[in-house]
Amino acid sequence: MKKHGSEIAMEEDKPKITRLTDGAGSDIEVAGQWRLIWLKFRQNRVALFAGWVIFFFYGVALFCEFLAPTLPTVAQPRLTYAPPQEIGLFIEDETGQRRFQLHVNGYAMTVDPESLRRSFTSDPANIIPIGFFVRGEAYDMWGLIPMDRHLIGPLDPSDQMNLLGTDKLGRDMLTRLIYGARVSMSIGLIGVISSLIIGTVLGALSGYFGGWVDLAVQRLIEIISAMPTIPLWLGFAAAIPLTWSPLQVYFIITLIVSLLAWTSLAREVRGRFLSLRREDFVTAAKLDGSSTGRVIFRHILPSLTSHILAVTTLAIPTMIVAETALSFLGIGLKPPVVSWGVLLQDAQNIRTISSAPWLLIWPSLAVISVVLAFNFLGDGLRDAADPYDS
Amino acid sequence: MTDTYIHPIKDTDATPVLTVKNLSVDFHLRTHILHAVRKVSFALHKGKTMALVGESGSGKSVTTRAIMRLLDKEARQTSGEITLHGDDGDIRITDLDPKGKAIRQIRGRRIALIFQEPMSSLSPVHTIGSQIGEALRLHRGLSKREAMDETVKLLEQVEIKDPAAMAKRYTFEFSGGMRQRAMIAMALACDPDVLIADEPTTALDVTTQAEVMDLLKRLQEHRGMALLLITHDLGLVAEVADEVAVMRFGRLVERGPIDDIFHNPQTAYAKKLLASTMRLERPSELRDRRDRTSDPAVLSVRGLCKSFGVTNWRGQEIHAVRAVKDASFDLYPGESLGIVGESGSGKTTLGRMILRVIEPTAGEIGYRETDGRVSDVAAMDKPELAKFHRDVRLIFQDPFASLNPRMTIKQIIAEPLVVNGVMQGVELEARVGELLELVGMDRGAMERYPHAFSGGQRQRFSIARSLALNPRIIIADEATSALDVSIRAQILDLLIELQKKLNLSFLFIAHDISVVRYFCDRVLVMHHGRIVEQGDAETVCTAPKEPYTKALLSAVPNPDPRDKRMVHRTKFVAEEV
Repeated sequence: MKKHGSEIAMEEDKPKITRLTDGAGSDIEVAGQWRLIWLKFRQNRVALFAGWVIFFFYGVALFCEFLAPTLPTVAQPRLTYAPPQEIGLFIEDETGQRRFQLHVNGYAMTVDPESLRRSFTSDPANIIPIGFFVRGEAYDMWGLIPMDRHLIGPLDPSDQMNLLGTDKLGRDMLTRLIYGARVSMSIGLIGVISSLIIGTVLGALSGYFGGWVDLAVQRLIEIISAMPTIPLWLGFAAAIPLTWSPLQVYFIITLIVSLLAWTSLAREVRGRFLSLRREDFVTAAKLDGSSTGRVIFRHILPSLTSHILAVTTLAIPTMIVAETALSFLGIGLKPPVVSWGVLLQDAQNIRTISSAPWLLIWPSLAVISVVLAFNFLGDGLRDAADPYDS
Repeated sequence: MTDTYIHPIKDTDATPVLTVKNLSVDFHLRTHILHAVRKVSFALHKGKTMALVGESGSGKSVTTRAIMRLLDKEARQTSGEITLHGDDGDIRITDLDPKGKAIRQIRGRRIALIFQEPMSSLSPVHTIGSQIGEALRLHRGLSKREAMDETVKLLEQVEIKDPAAMAKRYTFEFSGGMRQRAMIAMALACDPDVLIADEPTTALDVTTQAEVMDLLKRLQEHRGMALLLITHDLGLVAEVADEVAVMRFGRLVERGPIDDIFHNPQTAYAKKLLASTMRLERPSELRDRRDRTSDPAVLSVRGLCKSFGVTNWRGQEIHAVRAVKDASFDLYPGESLGIVGESGSGKTTLGRMILRVIEPTAGEIGYRETDGRVSDVAAMDKPELAKFHRDVRLIFQDPFASLNPRMTIKQIIAEPLVVNGVMQGVELEARVGELLELVGMDRGAMERYPHAFSGGQRQRFSIARSLALNPRIIIADEATSALDVSIRAQILDLLIELQKKLNLSFLFIAHDISVVRYFCDRVLVMHHGRIVEQGDAETVCTAPKEPYTKALLSAVPNPDPRDKRMVHRTKFVAEEV
């Protein structure tokens, strides 16, 4: 970066400034609020990085069928609790020449004669060559397009590649983690969107009209905030018909819980409306002849869309954590649905953790990184949300 | 680039207490460096008042912050030295660590600061007495009991009645003027050598301002302090200063004794600043002054009252504040009627009641429509009121709050046309362009957002919006009080031009008498919700009849150091109502 850029010609009709970046800032006059927010957001490196992380995870969730080496349901009965394999870059062929070939080493199995437990070690003699865009298990992309290409996998479909190990049925952990991302990252969104709509509308009405409307909404919020969530979930989980698919059940429960989770957003929106409805520009809009709806949605609400966005971003990780926690307890999603919470359910006992720590490590790492990324992004958005502050 | 023009100083016997030499401060912002203060030099002398004058953004406040070593983290002092002279040698303030012990010994003890807004600079959770006492205990090492006694003495000195009882009160129990007195008492607690007053009376009414400035001057003479007065008000400067420094865009343009600056300014900027202040001291020449009171009134208000009541849970009124009492007046077509009063006089409430933004408690507002029919605004239903709002428009005080920051200028100005379904598309765009040109702005402003414009420009957009529906009456609520002097005159001239062109009637609400005299044909003076005097603007402003008006007018600072009006003002003792 240039320390001192071009000096502005000295005419004493404005304060003297030295531009640090050429050209930038000249178009700030025609910049709308979203552009100003973006300019400010861009300053926050951590939030920007978090944004990329979230983008990456949603990308994974979107293309999970293609990205996963196999299908999450494919079990390898011979390879239960198999440890992660490492990717090797070079192999030696018969002539002793080293050449480049991505590969993993196969497993050598030993059975403990006393406990009859199988343990696997890496077998350097058994080389499984792997490659990109290989043919593997057939799947329907997004449930529509029949395909059988996978981003990465063994060249021979009958070979096994388990980069992150396998679970108790010998299913590939990496595949299940990738499929889990789709369910875990999307299921919270529905809850967040419905609580967003309820919260904004009720908060706006409460703040704008005040009086008895405000009184009623505020008392409603207080009653709802007093309700304990977990027993409610347990109750609903028990009350829902058994014939429903686990995914449907979970979907319904999140929806119901989101009907109770809009309160904090409603309070925030109400507070902003209370302060904004007395602003001169709102009075001006009323005197211009704008209807109540137009004043609320055209004049006031745009001033807080950015705030709402930030609150929403911070609400998504709460939903993800809720899914994980409830599935872990066995009252959220249930197998055969694959989600990060369901994966963690497999890592509930100490024996599994000691003999197959990868079952705990990878799903937790995924949850932690997504939740952290959402929190950083939300914080960054909240800071950038009001570009007119200073 | 020219340097500061310095008028020669005649009496050289004054000893400097604080010298500022070549001070420059840069602000490192995201895209650019702002040179907020550039090579500023001046000296403060014992027992003398130096006024630092300039419009907003001229670097006045940054200069004082540099003296106190209280600069923000974006700010960097790039050159210059500030020296505090004392009996025990000189201290170079610029060498001190801004967080160190040495500077804290100076702040408050040797250099004290008074801020513009006394409410936000006093703590709301401590009593006035404990806040002053804290300064005494910290800097003078007094015991708790001694500090309390000293606090009472100080409050007595700043002329607060019943000081012992008032010391136990909280900030919010004090009025604006009393808070500022308490701030002064706090600043004086340690008997400082230098007192810096940053716009000390800007938030106060003229009569309160006069009292506070009186007090400051007296205390200064009594204690022999040097006073640095930061202000944008040249009138105030003429009343109290001995020396003046004019700042603009971070540079000290001109500096010299008060009489030289006011009667023999040398630089173009100082001349311009004075000219725009002096211009507001007499009626505008642009105005066509003829008596319109023989025409039928376009708006006649009769017996308008407003009380803000506090009701208990059963809806019974416990007590009521009567904001406007029995207001009656007429507004004639094509005239400007000024409403003058101090804060709390009910002038804004009166203006808003006419628009029914605030519902009147009693009274009639007769509005004469174009076909000669007179209808009562107070009894209008919603659709009628909407129609009335197209004819009677409001311009707000704060041009930063009255334009929606999320809309472009085009959307803002077009809003009344769009919501009333008057026009759209190409026609709308043409109309907005026409309105922009009418208020002296470029059509190119349309696609930009309000944040790209200065206060004066924004006020022009606000005016354009109010003109969009071809109104007949415009209520301007302190429309120029947030603007700098030079821009204030421009906006007033624009309004006069528009009035002539469009035959508008103005209801001009202001606390600034000079603005009303410049702009208005007739004037109402309000006090405690009552209209105390009304009549021809020139007559009321030069030969007022009522004692309150006399007191109010004489408290207005006169921008002529040879005729100090404020110092010799008449005082008004309010009768209890």
